[in-house]
Amino acid sequence: MAGAAIELRSVTKRFATPKGGVYTAIRDLTMEVAPGEFCAVVGPTGCGKSTTLALISGLERASAGEVLVAGEAVRGIPQGIGYVFQSDAVFPWKTVLGNVAAGPRYHGVSNWDASKQAKEWIARVGLAGFEDRYPHQLSGGMRKRVGLAQSLINNPRILLMDEPFSALDVQTRTLMENELLSLWAASSASVVFVTHDLEEAIALADRVVVMTAGPGTVKGTFAVDLPRPRNVAEIRFQPRFVQIYEAIWSQLRDEVLVSYERQKHAAAV
Amino acid sequence: MSVRSTLPRSDVSAQGGAPPFGSVGMQDGATQGLASRTAEIAALDADLSARRAQVAQRRRLIIYALRLAFTVLWLGSWELSTRLNWVDPFFVGQPSGVVQRLWTWITEGTALGPLWLQAVVTMQEAVVGFLIGAALGVVFGILLGRIEVMAEVLSPFIKGANAIPRVVLGSLFAVMFGLSLWGKAATAVVLVFFVVFFNAFQGVREVDRNLIANARILGADNRRLTTEIIIPSAMTWILASLHISFGLAIVGAVVGELFGATAGLGQLIYNAGHTFDVNGVFAGMFVLAVLALIAEGLISALENRLVKWRPSRVSGEIPI
Repeated sequence: MAGAAIELRSVTKRFATPKGGVYTAIRDLTMEVAPGEFCAVVGPTGCGKSTTLALISGLERASAGEVLVAGEAVRGIPQGIGYVFQSDAVFPWKTVLGNVAAGPRYHGVSNWDASKQAKEWIARVGLAGFEDRYPHQLSGGMRKRVGLAQSLINNPRILLMDEPFSALDVQTRTLMENELLSLWAASSASVVFVTHDLEEAIALADRVVVMTAGPGTVKGTFAVDLPRPRNVAEIRFQPRFVQIYEAIWSQLRDEVLVSYERQKHAAAV
Repeated sequence: MSVRSTLPRSDVSAQGGAPPFGSVGMQDGATQGLASRTAEIAALDADLSARRAQVAQRRRLIIYALRLAFTVLWLGSWELSTRLNWVDPFFVGQPSGVVQRLWTWITEGTALGPLWLQAVVTMQEAVVGFLIGAALGVVFGILLGRIEVMAEVLSPFIKGANAIPRVVLGSLFAVMFGLSLWGKAATAVVLVFFVVFFNAFQGVREVDRNLIANARILGADNRRLTTEIIIPSAMTWILASLHISFGLAIVGAVVGELFGATAGLGQLIYNAGHTFDVNGVFAGMFVLAVLALIAEGLISALENRLVKWRPSRVSGEIPI
């Protein structure tokens, strides 16, 4: 398809293991994400979801196949990429302001303008008044907001999110999911949202991609035709949500079982 | 029918089922009681923290009293055993003699000149050696930590150099630099360098990969990565090494003075030993210890300034 924001064509990624073996994280993966689309990727533990993001972001290079962002092959980190990490990746020695202002400063914006922009973004994610705090003085949810503002301030065309809310408690998580949706609605970014939580995937995304147990490849894609704007806290109770859930789960379940069996064997060895 | 109840137990269904808190409205009566309850809790909190401060105060006093008792016991038994001639004060010294010696040094000066001058000479050697050694250690630690080829090429040499008992280099430096400050400072440098170097190197290696990835995604080039991510992250390690290495700088200066000097606390102690003046040796050690403790305090202050982003010390922890 011409004009896709992200395209992966038969991508394989192998890693060398410390023992000298080869570990195939993803195998022959083909998927694409349209401009402005919110695409969720679900799959069992260890199926290469994070690796997929690393390939799109240019942090890792594909062993075979092609990765294209905005029609261009990825070499190094492409322009206009944002990445929200699973664990805390905010800089502990920078204040909230310093953290959020980092992106523009790295792109050559003057300190003055960078902090002006940063203050706007800090307010937008609901942290006004916390500019001078250090990350260790914030709660997990607040640190996640800092991470979001830090990525979004660069105005990314593509936002990659690696289980960003998995470490949060359920209430905070629902709030953050709603905030993410409204921030995304105000932008034109494509989102690739990796999660192992199917409910989260359906509640947020336009399309859900199911991956197989590792080495991961695409098992199926499902359009989520729930109307927007959505309220994540309530959407789970709509009958259509349940239908979609059941359809996707019937595919995902087998992969989860395969992955689970493997883990049991690995533990037994 | 709830979705969750139809699912087999797995890690997928265990996550993310949010309660529908958005649909539950707040009761009107609940807001009224809220203000008085908040005040009540604040009063309880104030009471509790006052009591806790009191307990902490009492505990501090007890600790000081015990320290005083320990000092009295230690010095008293020493003094007493020498007074009663259980042990010969000629060989082990005597606290009162040490105090007397210190007093003569302060009022009349030492055999090498005024006491403060000896202290200044030794501290100069130690500080110069410390600064040079620490700076070299930080620079090389970061360089080798960042540039892998360099680390691989140089590692056998560094390990080899580290294996030498480096104080013996003091005699070499005495030949090279004569009686000047540089011989002693050089001895301090070789002692300080390796400690700081290994810590800086390790600190660079231990930087969280996630932070590096995040900075690269945000657009940091190599220079920014080093100055804004690697160095601040390694700073914790580097500062920890500075604590140990200032003590080593003093060792270097004092050992350097043994190999040939005209002034300094090391020379003073050396002289006292040669004239069988045990009290003089103890007095010199005491002055060195005081100076080392002051320097330690300064380094701690520097550390607190540089890493103020770290969570503060847990109150129960005992600073040593």
